[in-house]
Amino acid sequence: MSHVSVSNVWKEYDGQIVLERVNLEVKPHAFVSIVGPSGCGKSTFLRMLLSQEMPSRGSILVDGAPLPPEPTEERGVVFQRYSVFPHLTVLENVAFGLEVQRSRLVGRLFGARRREVFEACGEIIAAVGLDAARDKYPSQLSGGMQQRLAIAQALIRRPRILLLDEPFGALDPGIRADMHDLMLTLFEETGLTVFMVTHDLKEAFHLGTRLIAFDRYRRRPEEIGAYGATITFDLPLDRSSPREKREAMAEIGHAVAGN
Amino acid sequence: MARRWINRHPGRAERLFLGLLPFLILILVYATGSAMRLEVNPNDKLLPSFASLGNAIARVAFSTDPRTGVVLLWADTAASLERLVLGLVIATALSLVIGVVNGVLPYVRAGLSPMVAIVSMIPPMALLPVLFIVFGLDELSKVVLIVIGIAPFLMRDLEARILEMPGEQLIKAQTLGASSWQIVLRVVLPQMLPRLIDAVRLSLGPAWLFLISAEAIAADVGLGYRIFLVRRYLAMDVILPYVVWITLLALIFDIALKRFNAWVFPWMEAGRRSA
Repeated sequence: MSHVSVSNVWKEYDGQIVLERVNLEVKPHAFVSIVGPSGCGKSTFLRMLLSQEMPSRGSILVDGAPLPPEPTEERGVVFQRYSVFPHLTVLENVAFGLEVQRSRLVGRLFGARRREVFEACGEIIAAVGLDAARDKYPSQLSGGMQQRLAIAQALIRRPRILLLDEPFGALDPGIRADMHDLMLTLFEETGLTVFMVTHDLKEAFHLGTRLIAFDRYRRRPEEIGAYGATITFDLPLDRSSPREKREAMAEIGHAVAGN
Repeated sequence: MARRWINRHPGRAERLFLGLLPFLILILVYATGSAMRLEVNPNDKLLPSFASLGNAIARVAFSTDPRTGVVLLWADTAASLERLVLGLVIATALSLVIGVVNGVLPYVRAGLSPMVAIVSMIPPMALLPVLFIVFGLDELSKVVLIVIGIAPFLMRDLEARILEMPGEQLIKAQTLGASSWQIVLRVVLPQMLPRLIDAVRLSLGPAWLFLISAEAIAADVGLGYRIFLVRRYLAMDVILPYVVWITLLALIFDIALKRFNAWVFPWMEAGRRSA
């Protein structure tokens, strides 16, 4: 549970401005859905929250402190793909975070301590419904199961912020709905602050307590490099009625699709 | 309706037959050629008959050599395998360390990677005289030739494989609190070992090449030494069985490493099957 404060953040690559003047205050225990057309910098924004990339200008504060210059265990992440370790079983993947925490030297536990950690992982594995697949390798799991594993793995160190980069983008619609339920349950139980990049507006509205859209104000070809995208919509969702949500969705959908 | 040829697959028995066919034809061609030459000149040494091949095998593989008191084939095999295995093990260990640090640590990569790339361009055989001068004509120079011959390839391959790893995995490990060392130990190494072993399998050919070459030039025992020694007497009846034996050894190495990989790294196999 963390307060995130983004002030006047810019991101440039080789003189090309990707993001500009991004300002955002996020309250603790918010679920921020991030939408926008392809190439609008929403994933770049997420990578900056992760410290995978640094802002060119401006600052990002978490609970008043600047972000560390590299990824840390306070910020968990689930990517669309390659989020889990292919050479570890489900149980080992989840236990990884605890093992590296408790064994600084070899990052691996043995004997009673290992059993203890594996037992501690049982609860979250059960919560994501992978009980029967504990000893399977990721390649033996379906796409949905792999993402559930990635979520369990990301939560084991109890991060304060969870970053999701199109986590359900590669899944079938039916499985997606299950994942949404799971995500909402975990969100309520953990008190996390979540940032989720998605292409799916419905998903953004369904899961988020707040929705932000990135887009460019200037879109002529000669302006693309000189002006970046920024936050064009910022919508609280928690108190909206289903009807308000539908209307807002139509409006944003229209704006986003217009590019 | 007849299917296209690209859609027709041989059954088990057919595959076995088709696989053996080229060998059978080769043996048949050899037998015919040998018989024709021996008919013209019974003392012909170029294509010895199967009987004289058998005699030669019995002489070198199953009876002690009257001059040295050892069974030649086994003494040669032991000497060659010792050099080969030593060279392979040292090259693999060295490449594992350097390949991994090159792949993982940008500062080390900036320093070492260009050097490895350039060293790998040196034809190892051109260095053999240097090795003989520096390390003498004994075992050491042969082992070093194998190491110099294959280690740069292994290092570069490993570095490239590590750089090919999805960046997401390294990021994920960091978000789970793993240090650089822990990431090497628990994420990079376990995934790279099977790939390194695959690369070693590919270097078996070059490794044998360097071994035989070094033995041909300076040695007093070894498979390469023997075939180059008996070449002076046109002893095809010894050379041919030796070549077959060397091929068989290389094949066994290759299969053993492949089995080892499948056995120790079951997740690789699982990944291949589902892919």
